[in-house]
Amino acid sequence: MYVYDSYDQDIIESRVKQFRDQTRRYLAGELSGEEFRPLRLQNGLYIQRFAPMLRVAVPYGLMSSAQVRMMAKIARDYDKGYAHISTRQNVQFNWPELEDVPEILAELATVQMHAIQTSGNCIRNTTTDQFAGVAKDELVDPRPWCEIIRQWSTFHPEFSHLPRKFKIAVNGAVSDRAAIEVHDIGLEAVKNEAGELGFRVSVGGGLGRTPIVGSFINEFLPWQHLITYLDAILRVYNRYGRRDNKYKARIKILVKALTPEVFAERVNAEWAHLKDGPSTLTEAEVARVAAHFIDPAYKALEDQADALAALRAEHPGFDRWASRNVFAHKKPGYAAVTLSLKPTGVAPGDVTDKQLDAIADLADRYSFSEVRNSHNQNIILADVEQSQLFTLWGELRELGFATPNVGLLTDIICCPGGDFCSLANAKSIPIAEAIQRRFDDLDYLFDIGNIDLNISGCMNACGHHHVGHIGILGVDKKGQEFYQVSLGGSSGRDASLAQILGPSFAEKDMADVVSKIINVYVETRTDEESFLDTFRRVGIDPFKERVYAANH
Amino acid sequence: MQRIIKNGQLVDETWHLLPKDATLEGVSNCDDLIVPLGLYVEHSSALKARDGGLGVWLEAGEEIEEIADQLDNFQVIALNFPAFTDGRHSSTAYMLRTRYGYKGEVRAIGDVLRDQLWALHRVGFDAFALREDKDPDDALKAFSEFNEVYQASADQPQPLFRRRA
Ligand code: HEM
Ligand code: SF4
Repeated sequence: MYVYDSYDQDIIESRVKQFRDQTRRYLAGELSGEEFRPLRLQNGLYIQRFAPMLRVAVPYGLMSSAQVRMMAKIARDYDKGYAHISTRQNVQFNWPELEDVPEILAELATVQMHAIQTSGNCIRNTTTDQFAGVAKDELVDPRPWCEIIRQWSTFHPEFSHLPRKFKIAVNGAVSDRAAIEVHDIGLEAVKNEAGELGFRVSVGGGLGRTPIVGSFINEFLPWQHLITYLDAILRVYNRYGRRDNKYKARIKILVKALTPEVFAERVNAEWAHLKDGPSTLTEAEVARVAAHFIDPAYKALEDQADALAALRAEHPGFDRWASRNVFAHKKPGYAAVTLSLKPTGVAPGDVTDKQLDAIADLADRYSFSEVRNSHNQNIILADVEQSQLFTLWGELRELGFATPNVGLLTDIICCPGGDFCSLANAKSIPIAEAIQRRFDDLDYLFDIGNIDLNISGCMNACGHHHVGHIGILGVDKKGQEFYQVSLGGSSGRDASLAQILGPSFAEKDMADVVSKIINVYVETRTDEESFLDTFRRVGIDPFKERVYAANH
Repeated sequence: MQRIIKNGQLVDETWHLLPKDATLEGVSNCDDLIVPLGLYVEHSSALKARDGGLGVWLEAGEEIEEIADQLDNFQVIALNFPAFTDGRHSSTAYMLRTRYGYKGEVRAIGDVLRDQLWALHRVGFDAFALREDKDPDDALKAFSEFNEVYQASADQPQPLFRRRA
């Protein structure tokens, strides 16, 4: 992974000093709450229901074991002993004291971490595929490009007060596991017929109140021009994005108002001034950054198909786990393993300090001392030898990470909701738990197959409910917590937004509602048809009829 | 007399900033004036014919393109921040310096606070009229908070990746 040199280190250490002084001035009354607000937000610090919430940046989801140990230490020393993996691959702490934050940042800086631009109206952490660099279907490794974007966006002086937050995601594989089309900018690394590398560029995707799938405005941007083109998009947005209404301030509203074609023309006109200028990327720089992402010292191994098949036949539990939580690796004899942070009864994405320490140890012993956070709020060991899968499974069971549910109905994406978040209309974690309890029969879960079930506690959509195959949204009905259900969303390639099923439901009915939806699917599907495919074939009506029929 | 930050130092203010609704009537001949864009557009010849210095100021939503071919007329271009979180004029300053080659003073006015100065200085502002309730001496510290920067901008034409040792 990327390792800081003296320049990178100097920049984050300066930031720690700067934020320490900003916090001091705020506590001394020299900065008003209103003046401090954007400063703390650009450092990932929200003031929430019970305490500040600190969001630590995990650039494109990648952490070394030393960094994971630091997360454990912060959870232990400054929080209540746990941390939360967010849907943007970051790590959140729900209980730090404001006074402690400068010290936390100083500790983070010792392991090349920070909280820069993890919230606020600026360019946020760039996200990517959790299997970057190891996926079999990868065409281009997105990580060097993410790091180049990280450096360009860090304290970009012109774009530090945008109309609204700005999120960039990069994908380099056949499948889109990074949900690029629901980002402000989505970049898909591609090669043209001459074998040259470039990017397909989507703009104006986003969730929130007005969910929109992005539009591709450039089919092939040669890699040299990535930064100047991003500068051009951001300049058009910075100058012309709406600032009068924060609900209409995202770039998606500007792109829609202008139309993608006109927006693209504006970007091209701006880019004409920048193209081939000093920010044009050099081969030397790309090589310098890419050198940090070359393959680790893989052994020359063979795939262990027979040995694994024998173990799977003998141990049904291992078989289940291997079929859900193990992902094919580009190198023979290796596999990527997802640690499920979604056992029933634990808030999706929560990990304790002890578990984090244990994950760091596992990373050291099994996976070249690195882990990845996924936007599905799980943690991945990306480079495990197949011959060690069985032993690893045993260890993961002890630690509570072996729930064989990756990609299944109980692998729920869920925002903090009303238990922690002051913007919430309704709680989201108890809904996730009720659904997990209802679907506790593993055979049934396996039979149902791949389903993304996403829950947000309000229309800000932190839980990505618009792109869940089943989406659940907390709504407020005369002061009571209700839940609106929608179906058919998808964040993958050919992303789609979910359609609302109908009137919302009370908390106690939610597990039943999901059961009915699943029943319709199971009865209607053809062989091998996934939930999403069935939905796309039969439409929303059969689901509507079943769910609402029983109520009357 | 208000003091402003100019090239990293405190200096006494010598310019008069005319309000948005100012008219040509009563405009002095020899004072150094920063006039609103609207007044300039309407009365440019009269304003240029005066003996005193001439500057212009723009609201956050006003576009520099409107006077891009007349920049030589101004010793000062002041850019207003209705709120310190309104970043539009960061792009204006950047374009003034890098696209239009403007060499005169680019001044930040309005809701200008210490913690914005570093970034504003990077995109090409060289003068800052801090919000009146703020201590300009304290604000000077903002210019030494960082030693290094990643991006190219008006202050540093080469991005770090072309300068790394
Ligand atoms: C508890 C404190 C939190 C607050 C106050 C908060 C606030 C918000 C707000 C206001 C938005 C909407 C912004 C907009 O549409 O412009 C938003 C969107 C979002 N938040 Fe959060 N959030 C919180 C926690 C989280 C957590 C824990 C996650 C990850 C699990 C998260 C991930 C996201 C994502 C992915 C979006 C969607 C952005 C999009 O439109 O594409 N947030 N959040
Ligand atoms: S979706 Fe709403 S309730 Fe959930 S974390 Fe975001 S702002 Fe809070």
